[in-house]
Amino acid sequence: MPEPAAQATLRVRNLRKAYRDVVAVDGLDLDVRRGECFGLLGPNGAGKTTTIEICEGLTEADSGEVELLGMRWDTHAHELRERLGIQLQETQLSEKLTVMETVRLFRSFFRCGPGAAEVIALVQLEEKQRSRVGGLSGGQKQRLAIACALVGDPEFLFLDEPTTGLDPQARRQLWELIERFKLAGRTILLTTHYMDEAERLCDRVAIMDHGKVIALGTPRELIASLGAEHLVEFSAGGAGRALDVSALDGVDGVRDVRAANGSVSMQVTELHRAVPALLAELARQQVPLTELRTHSATLEDVFVTLTGRHLRDE
Amino acid sequence: MSDTTAVPEVRVREAAGRRPAGGGMADHPLVQLTLVRFREFVREPEALFWVFIFPVLLAAGLGVAFRNRPPEVLKIAAVTAELAQSLGGEKLLDVRQFSYAAAEEALRTGKVALMAEPGPGGAVVYRYDDTNPEGRTARMLADRAVERAAGRSDPVPASDRLMREAGSRYIDFLVPGLLGMNLMGSAIWGMGFAIVDARRKKLIKRMVATPMPRHYYLLSFLLSRLLLLVVEVGVLLGFGVLVFGVPLHGSLVDLMALCVLGSLSFCALGLLVASRARTIEAASGLMNAVMLPMWIVSGVFFSAQRFPDLVQPVIKALPLTAAIDALRANMLQGSSLAQLAPQAAILGAWLVVCFTLALKLFRWR
Ligand SMILES: Nc1ncnc2c1ncn2[C@@H]1O[C@H](COP(=O)(O)OP(=O)(O)OP(=O)(O)O)[C@@H](O)[C@H]1O
Ligand SMILES: [Mg+2]
Repeated sequence: MPEPAAQATLRVRNLRKAYRDVVAVDGLDLDVRRGECFGLLGPNGAGKTTTIEICEGLTEADSGEVELLGMRWDTHAHELRERLGIQLQETQLSEKLTVMETVRLFRSFFRCGPGAAEVIALVQLEEKQRSRVGGLSGGQKQRLAIACALVGDPEFLFLDEPTTGLDPQARRQLWELIERFKLAGRTILLTTHYMDEAERLCDRVAIMDHGKVIALGTPRELIASLGAEHLVEFSAGGAGRALDVSALDGVDGVRDVRAANGSVSMQVTELHRAVPALLAELARQQVPLTELRTHSATLEDVFVTLTGRHLRDE
Repeated sequence: MSDTTAVPEVRVREAAGRRPAGGGMADHPLVQLTLVRFREFVREPEALFWVFIFPVLLAAGLGVAFRNRPPEVLKIAAVTAELAQSLGGEKLLDVRQFSYAAAEEALRTGKVALMAEPGPGGAVVYRYDDTNPEGRTARMLADRAVERAAGRSDPVPASDRLMREAGSRYIDFLVPGLLGMNLMGSAIWGMGFAIVDARRKKLIKRMVATPMPRHYYLLSFLLSRLLLLVVEVGVLLGFGVLVFGVPLHGSLVDLMALCVLGSLSFCALGLLVASRARTIEAASGLMNAVMLPMWIVSGVFFSAQRFPDLVQPVIKALPLTAAIDALRANMLQGSSLAQLAPQAAILGAWLVVCFTLALKLFRWR
C-alpha cells in the first residue's frame, strides 16, 4: 500500500481536523499519483469534504501535512491556486449572470489558460452560453461549475461530489467529461458516494469512514479482497419455521454469511455451485424461500463488509 | 437534449493550454468583478426602483405637500362699477361686480369675504363678518384701496421686501437630506445584501479558491458603487434643480467630492455590517439597526437641532449627520470644502475605522 513519496503529486500525512465535539478527519494519510483519478468514497459525514477542502487550502487542519505539486499551502498559496481546478460541493453561482459572463469572470482570475468560449465548448454548453445561470438544469449547472474549475488549465482537479443529485443521463454526461480530462493527463481527486461512479471513473479508491481511510486500492483489488465475486441475498422461512443460519457456513462455495432483519447475505465464489447447494439446504431444513437475489460484488459490498453499514441509507 | 452528441476533442492542455488571457483591459479581474456587480444590480428591477426612482418620488411628494403657497387673494363683491374700479387698485383683492341681491347671496354663502356698497353722501358701506379674519383683512385692504383712489397719500412711506428666495424653502432643506439618505441606503444595502448573499451561496469561498486577489473583490464593490453614484446623484439633483429650482450655490466639484467621500464611508460601514453575517435575515437586522437611528436623528426631514443639547455631540458624530450637514452647507450656503473640514473629517474617520475593522473581521467562507 505505501508508495514512494516522489511519485505522489498529493501527499497527505496524519491529517486531523475536529469541529468542537466532532472529529471530521482522524489521522488520514493519502497519496495521489500524477495522472491518476483518485476517488474518496464514503457515506455522509465521513469527512470527504473536510479532507478535500484542507487539500484545497480552504480549511485549516488541526495537525498533519499536505504537500501538493511539491508545494505547501503556507509558503506557495498563490502559485498553487494558479495550478488547481476546484469545484466545491455546495457553490451556487450567481443566477443573474449568463454562462459566458460567469466563465469569463473566473477566467480573468487566472494568468494562463484556454479562452472562455473554448471551455464552454468543452463542457458542451455552447447553446446555453447566453442563458442566465438561473435558468440552467442541475446537470448544466454542474457542468458550468466544472467549466469554472477548468479555466486556469489546472494540473490538478478537485471535484467534490460532481454528480450528486443529478439524474442518470446527466450523470453519464459528466462521467464522459471527466473521462476526457483523464485522457488529457490531468490528476483528479474526486469524492462520491456512488460506488458505480467510483468503479467507472477511478483508478484508485480510498474508502473513508469516520474520518479514516478503511480501505485503499483499485476498485478491482478492493472487490477481489472480498475473496468472492458474487453476492447472494435471500429471505426464507416464515411464522414458526426459523432458518438455522449456522448450517449455511458449510454450504459449497460460500465464504461469509450475514443475517440481518430476516434476510441473509452470503459472499460466494462460484454461483453455479452455491445456489443449488443453498436450495438443497433449505429443502433439507424444510424452510420455504420467499426472496432470492444475486449480483456481482461491488464496492458497496466492500463497504458493507468493512463497516456492517450501507454507503447510503435509503 | 441536444448537447449529448458531438463531443469536442480534448485539447485544452496540449494545443491551447498555458495561454495568457487576451482581450486587454476587459479581462482584468477588477474590471470583470466590477462588471459583475453592475450586471447583478441592473438585472434586479427592485433595486433600481429603490435606488433611483424612490428618492425622486419622495422628493416630489414632500416637495408638493410642503410647497409655499402663493399669497392668498381675497374675493370681495362690489355693487357698482365705480366701487369695483377703485377697489381694483389693490393687488391682494379679487374684485367682482355683482347685483345687490347676488352680492348678498355670495357674502352669505362665503363665496366673497366682503361686499362694498355705496352709502349716503359718497360714503362706502362694507358688509362683512367681523369674527372672520378674512373679513377683517378684506375690510382693511378695501378701505385702503378706496382711500387711495380718492387721493390719499401715505404720511409715512413704506416698502416691502419679500422672503421668498430659493434656498429657504422646505424642498431646499429636503433635497440634500434625501441625497444623504440615499447615499447611505444604497451603499449599505448594496454592499450588505450582495456580500451576505454571495457568502450564503458559498460564492465567496469559491472565489477565494482561485488566484483572485482578495482586495479586488472588495474594491469591485466600491468601484461599482462610485459609478452608480454618478447616476444616482445626477437623477435626484437634476430633479430637484429642474422641477423645484433647488439652488446649487456651492461648487459642483466640491459637491461631487462630498458625495464620493460620504458614499465611501457608508460603503465601509456596509462592509463592516456584512463582514460576519451568514444569513440575509441577520444582515438585514443589523442594517436596520445601523440605519434607522440615523434616519431619525440625522436631520433628513427636519433639523437635527431639535434634539436636546445633551445628545447633540453624539448626533453630530454620526456619518449621516456629517454628510447631510455638509451637503446642505454646500448647496444652500455655498460653503467651500475648507469650511466643511469638520464634517469631512468625521466622514473620513468613519471610513478608516470601519474599513480597517471590516478587513480584520471579514469572513471569507
Ligand atoms: N463547519 C463545520 N462545523 C461543524 N461541523 C462540521 C463542519 N463541517 C463539517 N462538519 C462535521 O464534520 C463531519 C464530516 O463532514 P464532511 O462535510 O467532511 O463530510 P462528507 O464526507 O463530505 O459528507 P457528505 O457526503 O454529506 O458531503 C460531519 O460530521 C460534519 O457534521
Ligand atoms: Mg461532502
